[in-house]
Amino acid sequence: MLLDYPTEKLQPSFAAVFAQGLTDPARATPVDVVGPRGKAAIKRYNVYRNNVTVSLINALAATYPAVQRITGVEFFRAMARFHVRATPPTSPLLFEYGRDFPAFIEGYEHAQDMPWLADTARIERAWLDAYHAADVPPLSPDVLAAVPSDRLGGLVFTAHPAACIVRSAYPAVAIFAMNRVEGRITPLRSSTAEDALITRPDMEVAVRLLPPGGAAFLKSLIDGGTLGAAAATAFTETPSFDLPASIAGMIEAGVFTTIHLGDWP
Amino acid sequence: MNAISRTGDVRPDRRLRFPALPVAAEAGTSFKHEHLSAILAESPQGGFFEVHAENYMGAGGPLHQALERIRRDHPVSLHGVCMSIGGPQPLDRAHLARFRALVERYEPALVSEHLAWSTHATTYFNDLLPLPYTQATLAQVCEHIDEVQDAIGRRILIENPSTYVAFVSSTMSETDFIRAIACRTGCGLLLDVNNVFVSATNHGYAALDYLSDFPLAEVGEIHLAGHTEQSDDEGERLLIDSHDEPVADAVWKLYEMAISRCGPIPTLIEWDSKIPAWPILRAEAAAAQAILDRFASARAVGGGHAA
Repeated sequence: MLLDYPTEKLQPSFAAVFAQGLTDPARATPVDVVGPRGKAAIKRYNVYRNNVTVSLINALAATYPAVQRITGVEFFRAMARFHVRATPPTSPLLFEYGRDFPAFIEGYEHAQDMPWLADTARIERAWLDAYHAADVPPLSPDVLAAVPSDRLGGLVFTAHPAACIVRSAYPAVAIFAMNRVEGRITPLRSSTAEDALITRPDMEVAVRLLPPGGAAFLKSLIDGGTLGAAAATAFTETPSFDLPASIAGMIEAGVFTTIHLGDWP
Repeated sequence: MNAISRTGDVRPDRRLRFPALPVAAEAGTSFKHEHLSAILAESPQGGFFEVHAENYMGAGGPLHQALERIRRDHPVSLHGVCMSIGGPQPLDRAHLARFRALVERYEPALVSEHLAWSTHATTYFNDLLPLPYTQATLAQVCEHIDEVQDAIGRRILIENPSTYVAFVSSTMSETDFIRAIACRTGCGLLLDVNNVFVSATNHGYAALDYLSDFPLAEVGEIHLAGHTEQSDDEGERLLIDSHDEPVADAVWKLYEMAISRCGPIPTLIEWDSKIPAWPILRAEAAAAQAILDRFASARAVGGGHAA
């Protein structure tokens, strides 16, 4: 292996040399690269630079349309360009790209007056993950209804591959919903913390606003906690937590696929 | 060299999940998800659809559902965009496994990849990047094609690139390089006529000379697409392979020339950006189909020469 592919310290491959300037505009055109009959290749090499950067910015814009709608196209593309240059993709699957973008937005100097922007991006990221998740039928309400009431507390649930929870200290669900689609934007007067539940029980991705305590409850279940333990966690965080409504809601949303009877009394 | 025959498919016989629809002498288009309902609203009109393999490498969801639906009525062409066959580093085994799984799942009539690279070290550049044509790069490319064909158990078509630069270190012409690839690996070729036109313009040679020198007997699919125009450092025309326009008149002429020489090869209209309404894309494919039909009947009447 090492003999077939010499390390770049010995002799950089053509690809190593060509790649260096693709996301670094300060670098010169590689010396091995030319136009025909000795013509210059600065603009020619720049076609590749442009293809790389623009296509990756477009990939981020496709994943984060609500963020782009909030910031405006020019602001978004400038922000995305910084991210593309700092963190280019490591997978050829473009729908995997931009996983670090919400954290980048959180630290982005010019987005500090939009502290809810990163959480909006987190919901959009979860939306795309749900879109591509494996197709699994969600748990049928009949299965849960058949469990004897004395066994309910010990139940353990298997999360649906599309299910995800995003907790926000800002009204991120309302901001997401308002900006994800074309339409009139009305001023948002709320500053309530909002938790999002993202699911795709069939082919449609759904984003729901969770009631108080709902995120703590579902996170506990998704992490493998028993129904009894999850309910206790939710009541500790939110004394007014509505357990029956949350159970009905999670079945309807398709958060889980199967249940297992645990040992809890 | 590897054990794959030029015409055969080494997969064992098994029950097909999808119908084995013929693709010979058919025109097709890129399959875009936004066209699905318009396509399904028509009765199936023949023709094939091509998809970029990487878009279908997610676990599930609406994209797979749409492709399964299309595949029931149409042959599908699986077009890989980022295997990085032209790069010096080993192929990504995980990516190759995903590609193989798609070939098994959708039983495509055509499978293709590019003479280009897109990944270096751990960075994926999302573009089809050029390579110098030397004995060393030829050996690497052939090794990679052997590996892909071994993995998927069938012949792959390799596409000629559109390029904007040349390399001082190149020691052979692109057509000699491509001929050598086909000869050494037994792979077929995907002749992108727009790429021929774009590269010929950008590098100042005659597209017809390139076609004359191209190993047409190995061509299993043809691509047609639109391009846009920029200028180089000297202010001369530099064409960009943008796939966002109708096929240019000059490319249609070159296409007719190619079909007259190699026969009615399955032909795809590629349109990947600024995607038009379905009827516009369908009309481009119909124009290609008319040319294919004309040469197919001419060959039937005249008993045309074998390609």
